Amino acid sequence: MDWRRSTIGAAIALPVIALLAFGMTRDPRDIPSPLPGRMAPDFVLASFTSPTGSTPARADSVHLAAMRGDVVVVNVWASWCLACRDEHPVLREIGRRYAGTDVHFLGVLYNDNVESGRRWISEMGGQSYPALEDPGARTAIDYGVYGVPETFFVGRDGRVAYKHTGPITEGVLIAKIEELRKAHPVAVAPADAAGGTAR
Amino acid sequence: MNNALGTSALRVALGMALAAIGLAVWGVRRRDEDFVRAAYAAVYANAVLISLAVAAMLTALLTHDFSVKYVAQVGSRATPTLYTIASLWGALEGSILFWGWVLSLYAAAVIYANRKRAGALVPYAAATLMGIAVFFGILLVGPASPFGLVSPIPADGPGPNPLLQNHPLMAVHPPLLYLGYVGMSVPFAFAIGAMLSGELEDDAWITFSRRWTIVAWGFLSAAIIAGMWWSYEVLGWGGYWAWDPVENASFMPWLTATAFLHSVMLQQRRGMLKLWNMCLVVSTFVLTILGTFLTRSGILSSVHAFTQGPIGYYFLGFIALVLLISLVLIAGQSGRLRASGSLDAAVSRESVFLLNNLLFAAFTFTVVLGTLFPLVAEALRGVKVSVGAPFFNRMTLPMGMALIFLAGVGPALPWKRATRAELRSQLMPPAIALVVVLALSLALGVREPYAVLTFAFAAFALVANGREFWSGTRARMRSHGEAAPIALARLIGGNRHRYGGYVAHIGIITVVMGIAASTTFKSENEATLKPGGSLVVRGITVRLDRVWGQEQQQRFVVGADVTLLEHGRAIGTLTPRQNFYPTSEQPVPTPSVRSRADADIYINLMAFDERGASATLRILIEPLVSWIWLGGLIVMFGAGIASWPTRRRAGAPADVRAPARAPRPSPAPHGASATATHAAPSTDLSGAD
Repeated sequence: MDWRRSTIGAAIALPVIALLAFGMTRDPRDIPSPLPGRMAPDFVLASFTSPTGSTPARADSVHLAAMRGDVVVVNVWASWCLACRDEHPVLREIGRRYAGTDVHFLGVLYNDNVESGRRWISEMGGQSYPALEDPGARTAIDYGVYGVPETFFVGRDGRVAYKHTGPITEGVLIAKIEELRKAHPVAVAPADAAGGTAR
Repeated sequence: MNNALGTSALRVALGMALAAIGLAVWGVRRRDEDFVRAAYAAVYANAVLISLAVAAMLTALLTHDFSVKYVAQVGSRATPTLYTIASLWGALEGSILFWGWVLSLYAAAVIYANRKRAGALVPYAAATLMGIAVFFGILLVGPASPFGLVSPIPADGPGPNPLLQNHPLMAVHPPLLYLGYVGMSVPFAFAIGAMLSGELEDDAWITFSRRWTIVAWGFLSAAIIAGMWWSYEVLGWGGYWAWDPVENASFMPWLTATAFLHSVMLQQRRGMLKLWNMCLVVSTFVLTILGTFLTRSGILSSVHAFTQGPIGYYFLGFIALVLLISLVLIAGQSGRLRASGSLDAAVSRESVFLLNNLLFAAFTFTVVLGTLFPLVAEALRGVKVSVGAPFFNRMTLPMGMALIFLAGVGPALPWKRATRAELRSQLMPPAIALVVVLALSLALGVREPYAVLTFAFAAFALVANGREFWSGTRARMRSHGEAAPIALARLIGGNRHRYGGYVAHIGIITVVMGIAASTTFKSENEATLKPGGSLVVRGITVRLDRVWGQEQQQRFVVGADVTLLEHGRAIGTLTPRQNFYPTSEQPVPTPSVRSRADADIYINLMAFDERGASATLRILIEPLVSWIWLGGLIVMFGAGIASWPTRRRAGAPADVRAPARAPRPSPAPHGASATATHAAPSTDLSGAD
C-alpha cells in the first residue's frame, strides 16, 4: 500500500461527501408557504360528525369567519393517510382539553369519501371536534395543501400564523395554541391591517 | 403472520451476510477451504431468506393484509392485481427490499458460478457483495423496514401513487432498472476483491467484471429505454426524456459502464488503462448508489422523488464509506495498476477507444455537474437554482454525435496500426453513406445542423457496423462453403463479445435516429372540438366522435373517442383519457398513441366539458419515435448475444474462424488472457474456464 497516494485519494472524496452532506440539511421542496401572515381563506363546510363522533341528526356547517377573535386549528387529514393515524390521538386529546374555550379545532377531510372518514373516526376512538367535508378539495386548494396531514393555525386576527407539515406533536400543538392565545384579541394595528388588505 | 415471517427472515438474512463476510475473510487468511465454503453457504442462505421476505410481502400485498405497514401505505382493495404486484417496488421500503433481493440473487449466482475457483479473488468478492448486502440489510431491519404491525388494522389503503398504476410498463421498467443497477455491484465486488487479494496481475478480475458488466449494462439500457417509454405513454407531454435527476441517476452509471465496456478491451488486449478501468468500475457502482441516494433522500426535487426519511443519512454514510475504501485501495495499489502496453499508432482502434473514453468521461462529468449543480449553487452562493434541459442538450449533443461517429470509426479500424490501404477500403463505404445522407437531408430541406449531422453520422456508423457482418459472413461463405444464414450465425457465435457489441451499436444508432427525428420534425396542434368537429395535423385529420365518463373499480375515467383519417379514409381510432383517482387532486393524463414505423400520432385529452359537449385535444405527430423502442430491443439483443452463457469445448479459439482481418492478440504476458477473453469460453458463466 502506498499511503501517501491513499491520502490523496481520500482528499478527493471528501469535498463530494461534504457537498452531499450539505444537501441533506436543505429541503428542495421547502419553498416557504406564502400563507403564514396572510388572512386565512374563508370557508363554509358541512360537518359530517357530531362532536362525539357519531353521525349528526342534521348536517351542521362550520363558517371560519364566524370564529374570528378565537384561535382556530385546522387539521387536514384523510382515512387513507397513515401519518394521520399517528397524530390523531394527540389532536383528539388536546381538542378535548380545549373544548368550550376560545380555541376551536376543525378537521378537513381531504380527497376521501365521507363514509370512509366516518368509519375511520369511529375506529380511531372518536374525534372531539367537527369533521368537515371538502367537496372537490376546494378549501384544500385554497390552503395550498400539498399532502396530508397538514395543520394550519389561525390567530385571533384571522391570519394564518403557522403551517405544520406532517404529523403534529403534542408539544408543538400546545405551544402554538398558547402563543396565539396570548396575542391580544382584536388588537390589529392599523398599519398591519392596511398591509393585510394591500397584499 | 406475514409481518413475523418477513421481519425475522430479514434479520436472519442480515446475520447471514455478516457471517459470510467473517467466514470468507477468515477462510482466505487462514487458507482454510472449509471456511470459504461456509461463507458461500451463508451467501446462498442470505438469498433464500430475502426471497422468503419478498414472498411474505407479495402474499401480504395480494391478500390485502393491511396489518403490514407497507401494504397499508401502498395497497388498496380496488387496485388491479398487476399494479398490486408492481407496488412491491413502487414506494421507498418496497424498493429497498426489492434492491436487497436482487443483490442477494446476483451474489448467489456469482458465487455459484465461481464456487470452484481457487484463490482469494472470489471469497473477497463475496465478502464485498455481502458488505453491500449488510448495508441494505441494516436499512431493511431499521429505517426502511417494510414490515411492521399497523394497529388497529385499516380496512383499506390508499393504493399506489396514481402515476404508478396507470400503465403496464410500471411492471417492466423498475425490475429491469434494479437488475441493471444492482448488477453493477458485481463488477465492483470483483474490483475490490482483486485489490484486497492482490490478484491484479492476472486478468481474472477484469474478465469477470467485463462479463457481469455486459449483463447489467444490457438490463440498464433496456430499463432506461423502458423508462423513456413509460414517461412518453403516461406523463402526457409527448416527450420521453427531461434530464430529471432521476433519469440522470440511471444514465450516469450507464455512461461509465459503457466507457468501461470499451476500455476493458484495451486492458485485455494491450495491458493498457488498468488504473482507469479500476476507476470506471468503482465509479459506476458509486454512481448507482449516488443515484439511489439522490432519489431517496429528497436532496433534489424531482417528479419521481420518494418520500423523505432518515434513510438519506444512511446512504450518505455508505457513499462516504465506499468512496473512501475504494479511493484508498486504488491509490494504494496504483503502483501495481501501471500499463504494460502502449499505443502503437495514432490511427488505430486503440486510439478510437481512448477518444471514446475521453468523451464518455466528459459526458458523465457534464451530467453529474448538471445534476448536482443546484446543490453546489446553494452551498456556495445560497441561491436556489434548477438546471434544465437546455444546459444538458447544449453540452451533451456534440459529445453524443461524436460518439456516434466513433461507433462507426472504431469497428472499421484494425488494432495496433492502420495502413493507408486498410483505411481507404474500410472507411470508404461508410463515408459514401455519410455524404449521400448529408446531401439527401439538405436536398429535402432539413436545415437544423445537428439533425443533418446526426443522420449523416448515423448512416456512417450503421454502414460501418453492418459491413462487419456482411464481410465476415462472406468470408465464411467462401472459406467454409456455408450458406449465408449459417455463416452469419456461426460468425456471431464464434465471437459473441465482438458481434454482440456491433448489434448493440446498431441498436444505439437506431435509438439516436429516433430521438433526432422525433425532436426535429415534431408537429403539434391543439384545439377544442365539439363532437363531430375535426382538426388536421400534417395531413392527418383528427375527428372527435364522443366524450364519455365511466366509473371503474379504482378510478373514474373520462375519455374522448377520436377517429383518425388520412386521404379521407379512416385509419384508426384513439381514446385519450383522463383518470381520476380518489387520492389525487389532479387527474392522471393517459395519452393515446398510434405507433407506426414512420411516425407516432399522439393525442392527449387536455380538458373536457362535463356534459360531453366538447373536448380539448393536443395532437402531436412525432416521426420515428417507435425506432427508439425498437433500438432498445436491439441493444438488449446485442447484450444478450455478448453475455449468453455457452458451454463450449475449451481450446476452440474462436478467433481462428473470425475473418482474416480479425486482429491477433500480441504474444505479450497478457496475450494469453486476451485470447481467452476474446474467445467463446470466456462467456461461460459456469466457471468451467
